[in-house]
Amino acid sequence: MAEKQYDWKAIAKNPKFVELHHKKTAFLFGWWIFSCVYYFLLPIGAAYTPGIFKVKIIGAVNFGYIFALSQFFVSWGIALYYSHVANKDFDRLTRELIDELHL
Amino acid sequence: MTIKKIFIAASLALSVAAAAYAEEAKAPAAGAAPAMSAPAAQGAPAATAAAPAPNAAASVATPAPAKAPVKKEMKADRTITIGMFLVIIAVTMGVVVWAAKQTKSAADFYAAGGGITGTQNGWAIAGDYMSAASFLGISGLISLYGYDGFMYSVGWLVAYITVLLIVAEPCRNAGKYTLGDILSFRTSPKPVRAFAAISTVAVSTFYLTAQMVGAGKLMALLVGIPYKMSIIGVGVLMVGYVVFGGMVATTWVQIIKAGLLMAGAFLLSFLVMIKAGFNPIGFFQTIVSSPDIQDHVSKMVLKDGVILSGMDAGQRFLEPGLYLKNPLDQISLGMALVLGTAGMPHILMRFFTVPTAQAARKSVIIAMFIIGGFYILTTLLGFGAAIHLTPQGITAVDKGGNMATLMLAQQMGADIAPILGDIFLAFLCAVAFATILAVVSGLVLAASAAIAHDIYVNVIKDGHADQHEQVFAARMTSFVVGACGILIGIAAEKQNVAHLVALAFAVAASGNLPVVVLSLFWRKFNTAGVISGLVVGTVAAIGLVMVSPNMTYPKVVAAGAKKVVAAMEKKQAALPPGATLAETDAKALAKAKVDAQQDGTSMVGLEKPLFTLKNPGIISIPLGFMAAILGALAFPNRRSEEMFDEVYVRQNTGLGMAKAVEH
Repeated sequence: MAEKQYDWKAIAKNPKFVELHHKKTAFLFGWWIFSCVYYFLLPIGAAYTPGIFKVKIIGAVNFGYIFALSQFFVSWGIALYYSHVANKDFDRLTRELIDELHL
Repeated sequence: MTIKKIFIAASLALSVAAAAYAEEAKAPAAGAAPAMSAPAAQGAPAATAAAPAPNAAASVATPAPAKAPVKKEMKADRTITIGMFLVIIAVTMGVVVWAAKQTKSAADFYAAGGGITGTQNGWAIAGDYMSAASFLGISGLISLYGYDGFMYSVGWLVAYITVLLIVAEPCRNAGKYTLGDILSFRTSPKPVRAFAAISTVAVSTFYLTAQMVGAGKLMALLVGIPYKMSIIGVGVLMVGYVVFGGMVATTWVQIIKAGLLMAGAFLLSFLVMIKAGFNPIGFFQTIVSSPDIQDHVSKMVLKDGVILSGMDAGQRFLEPGLYLKNPLDQISLGMALVLGTAGMPHILMRFFTVPTAQAARKSVIIAMFIIGGFYILTTLLGFGAAIHLTPQGITAVDKGGNMATLMLAQQMGADIAPILGDIFLAFLCAVAFATILAVVSGLVLAASAAIAHDIYVNVIKDGHADQHEQVFAARMTSFVVGACGILIGIAAEKQNVAHLVALAFAVAASGNLPVVVLSLFWRKFNTAGVISGLVVGTVAAIGLVMVSPNMTYPKVVAAGAKKVVAAMEKKQAALPPGATLAETDAKALAKAKVDAQQDGTSMVGLEKPLFTLKNPGIISIPLGFMAAILGALAFPNRRSEEMFDEVYVRQNTGLGMAKAVEH
């Protein structure tokens, strides 16, 4: 496992890396905060606005159930969207960076 | 090699012996069944176990089941069940023998040489994560408390968003085998590794103990294998998988388990949907109009002084608030789940097994679909059990509802052909067994990696240990950790371990996650930050649980019992002369009389809880983050800051990573 030596500081200053870093940070933390807020609406809503949760939507199925179910689809949606963006943008930028550095 | 063979033979012999012993034990643990509330829920969902907690007052306040004949116990057909157990043991042992041949280096042992594919790892994560408690406990909660049970399951999936976005890929790129690897990169390795290892061992032990106790009780209830025998059997197998097969065997046990679990859940849901004519709207209407569910709900809400009946009571089953009554506690639990999963050492460890960050990402996404799919199916299983078995029928067998899924399987199978009922039940028992093995193996591996890799190799031996010595250390510590797991499991038989899972998640969320996130993303983070974050987060979480309602407070128990005694005596006085209380009431009275004599203080010398929430996360997680940040700011370190570039480039690009080995 002879590790190659890299000039980490130089790579960190490379514009491609800076672009990657900014895009990634904004994306990851943005969506992470969104998913946390969306999730905590469930316990907070169920506790403090039970009236909304009781509203029947289709037959006996109420808003509360649909909202809880939506958590699954929203989580999956974020996961798929992330994988799409990561495969398309992040991985491409990383590859370009590595090519540029001839590593 | 010979030792290996002897060990494998010994574990097989032990399993067979356990089975044989169980066959002999006539009229086995059946009598003990009603006494134990919530074996699996003790494993996890009981984190907020308001109901299943063995609280005398709660259990007697429930009137005896009103309706018709309900089964009082459930037993799997032993021959078929044990046959299925043996098939699982044989298949997984085969994997172990194969894996043992491949395990030559420490990287093979801890991380399967980085040669697990994204898809395999996704299944393994799902298998590692879905414990018997979520498999049996959550559908049980839904069958008894409706909506709240389902709401409870959501957090278990959402937790993976944090894993996916924040930790999976960077950990793959920055770490090697353990939490200590990630944290020690730009800090003083020795103290950081030592603290990270202590935290890992603590989290794994809490979780492992809960799983072992749950496993023992579940096996006793299902197949009638005595508690100690179950613990020893499960423990010996777990040690065998880990010691000989390392990460490769553990991964395959987890994959096999996840496959079996999903197959069982799909099949059972399919049968429930056939009965509902594949009409989801009609399915919910059936719940609302079921007289048994209506009756169950109206009794439940009556305790809160609410009168509901008919369709209103049925509809109430689909609304929040029957189980999760304290909003702050609920939010606190949510925080521990959502942030704790990403700090769980056995989950982090799974990301070191894949060759690239892309594979780590893919594996989380696959795991999210498996886990989410499973938790959506729990709605069908839980509500299906409520419809077809009635909540009264479920509680008659087990108060915590943990048998709901299994009872449903038996009934759904038996509706097709009687023998199918037994086979289906046996199959699900075997899935539960495989589940326990998969989860405990992952935990033992995480704990032993922390001790062998962090403490022994890197702290004691300064990183100077050859492959042979590292693998030997890993095997020895796995053996010791597993043996300790068995002993703790046996010792904790009579303990209420419900709070241990909450504790494991709380420590992971308050101690581990803040330091992992800050090490990966914050330039100014350093040794002082890691240590203060780990110590304060962990101590705060454990300390708050120690003074919380999770502990037993003899005076509070006595006060509750006195109320029961008073109520029962009143009931007796109201009876016609000469009549005596019903058997269950008489038993409850006798128990309450004993409990009412209790006096003294809790483990830490308190008369009543100092902190009113069962889940400490809402306080301890911010404390952990604050301590980590303040510690780093108080003792700035130039070298740590300078090295951030390297950490950041590495985790984003994967440069400087060792190559993977194909499996």
